[in-house]
Amino acid sequence: MHADPKGVLTGVHFIDGDHAACEGALAAGCRFVAGYPITPSTEIVERFAARIPKVGGVFIQMEDELAASIAIQGAVWGGKKVMNVTSGPGLSLMMEHLGYAFITETPCVWIDVQRCGPSTGIPTGPAQHDMMQVKWGSHGDFQIIALCPNSPQECFDLTVRAFNMAETWRVPVFLMMDEVVGHMTERVDIPKAEDIEVVDRKWTTKRPGEYKVYATTPEDMVPEMTKAGEGHRIHVTGLTHNEKGYPDMSVPSQEKLLGRLIGKITGNADKLVDIREDQTEGADVVVVSYGITSRVASAAIEQARAKGVKVGGARLVIAWPFPAKRMQELAKTAKVFVVPEMNMGQMVQEVERAVAGAAKVVPVTHPGGSVHDVETILSAIMEASR
Amino acid sequence: MSLLMDPSSEELEFGMDNPVLPFLRKDRIPHIWCPGCGIGTSVNSFCRALADSGMDLDQIAIVSGIGCTGRTAGYLNLDSFHTTHGRAIPFATGLKLANPKLKVVVYSGDGDLTAIGGNHFMHAARRNMDLMVVCVNNFTYGMTGGQVAPTTPLGPTQTTMPLGNFENGFNLPFLADACGAVYVARWTVYHVRQLAKAMKEGLHKKGFVFIEVMAPCPTLYSRRNRLGDGVDQVKYYKEKSIIKNGAETKDVGLTYQGDITVGKFVDRDRPTWLDSMNEHFGKVLGDKYQTYGG
Repeated sequence: MHADPKGVLTGVHFIDGDHAACEGALAAGCRFVAGYPITPSTEIVERFAARIPKVGGVFIQMEDELAASIAIQGAVWGGKKVMNVTSGPGLSLMMEHLGYAFITETPCVWIDVQRCGPSTGIPTGPAQHDMMQVKWGSHGDFQIIALCPNSPQECFDLTVRAFNMAETWRVPVFLMMDEVVGHMTERVDIPKAEDIEVVDRKWTTKRPGEYKVYATTPEDMVPEMTKAGEGHRIHVTGLTHNEKGYPDMSVPSQEKLLGRLIGKITGNADKLVDIREDQTEGADVVVVSYGITSRVASAAIEQARAKGVKVGGARLVIAWPFPAKRMQELAKTAKVFVVPEMNMGQMVQEVERAVAGAAKVVPVTHPGGSVHDVETILSAIMEASR
Repeated sequence: MSLLMDPSSEELEFGMDNPVLPFLRKDRIPHIWCPGCGIGTSVNSFCRALADSGMDLDQIAIVSGIGCTGRTAGYLNLDSFHTTHGRAIPFATGLKLANPKLKVVVYSGDGDLTAIGGNHFMHAARRNMDLMVVCVNNFTYGMTGGQVAPTTPLGPTQTTMPLGNFENGFNLPFLADACGAVYVARWTVYHVRQLAKAMKEGLHKKGFVFIEVMAPCPTLYSRRNRLGDGVDQVKYYKEKSIIKNGAETKDVGLTYQGDITVGKFVDRDRPTWLDSMNEHFGKVLGDKYQTYGG
């Protein structure tokens, strides 16, 4: 289906990534946000608070991030599309509710405008510090999807996509922004509503009595959804549950539920991954990057090519699930993977795990607070090519 | 409910006539609560309130947190949500704001609502969020084995106050009143009819409703403090309760096995969060604003 024109600000804009992400959410049909201010993400909820009265929906500023990250989930079961917006310290507080969204299959989008940590760190400085937290931060085993925009335009486009993926798979979907992408201003084209593809919730057509809130088929691992007030008298719990949503804390039940929940993502990883490659064919060196770092990396790649190095770029538009299979294919020809990140080495561990010794993997770390210098990445490429 | 444990028994037929059964998820019985626990009694009153309310049960949702009382949502034949520890109120806030036609009831324990969830309790009352909050107060953390709670009065022994509690406990009606609740009442599980009536009033009241229900925890609180079993605690409620409707909430604090002031303390009106939002945006934005109703 197409976007509801009420939420779509069609036209050419000169806005920053935070504002663009908010417009993406509105275009995707987000009509409820429970927020809590935190630098550098606050502009997203500020814009939502200003826009939503005329679009039709609700914004509420909650008392803390714990409240925000669960109020949105209440709103999903009330029938709304929702998002959760924060940065590192807030994300740490929200972690329990990430697990709740996962086990209850509550579709929601989480935007993390990453800043420098640990703890309060440098609140106004960019980082890519939370790449592992979103993957592993909530207790227990779970899976998420994480998208990494590298421009305000992508903040719009990928937010729409994040909402569509959340509805399709019924998992929390992350938009992993960073302070630079959030605060940089560029041209953003917002298409007409009829040109924006929006995935509707997978509403059940089953009547009360027939409908089981978590019933699935072997062909389709994603259950149909309903909302409170439809007469289905559903039960939703964070406990291990059966198809009716009732607690069932037996090992077979745990095995069945967790197997399906994890399998939804791992079993469909090939469909979900998105890696943008630039001259990786026959490259000796492949630079793997994501988010704003991919733009710094492109400059370094170009300069290295000018010096005669056969270097390719591989950008993770979707970081989770990680494109391990593609990395293994690339490792058949590439001798070295160079992985610049604004952290002390997070996604580089995934690259290492995927290539499993078939090629050398070189991290180019950065503690955060600014982006890499082009020269730092360039010299890592040059070193790798020797 | 124990009569229903054996579905082949003759008592099942008898149980089918129980007026509260239609409000329960029969396929979830037996429940987990201990013999003598007061939570089930409070749920019985709640079911009677549902029956008397005349409301469409499809439009009532129940939200619980974690703990013994937190299991209540799972036993009621309503749209029901068992959320995370302390966060029933913010979940309920999102649910209510997404679909304002719903009557949303939060049903949870004293530790869940006023310790880990205390911040949410205060702010939902301040906002006058249209929620009915039932707090079953058994003065202890039951599910984890009887630790001190923010409601434990001075004196009794708890596993984490092994030499007796030296922390002051909350006066919950005073807290709810001070934060802005529009309806505040306290009853015990001895007062089943008054409780059911208060719950019925609460279901029809618009705004933040707070009902405290004193309930025995014989397994942990009573036994550890040599207070007898569930019945002994209900006898205590009967003997020491004084009904004082309209009492000043600052005067209704509880002491260890002391007098209990029960009654309806607060019943007032002020605009709910959603009414305030709609009214304000209507005023500021005029024709550009369409009243939000879900």
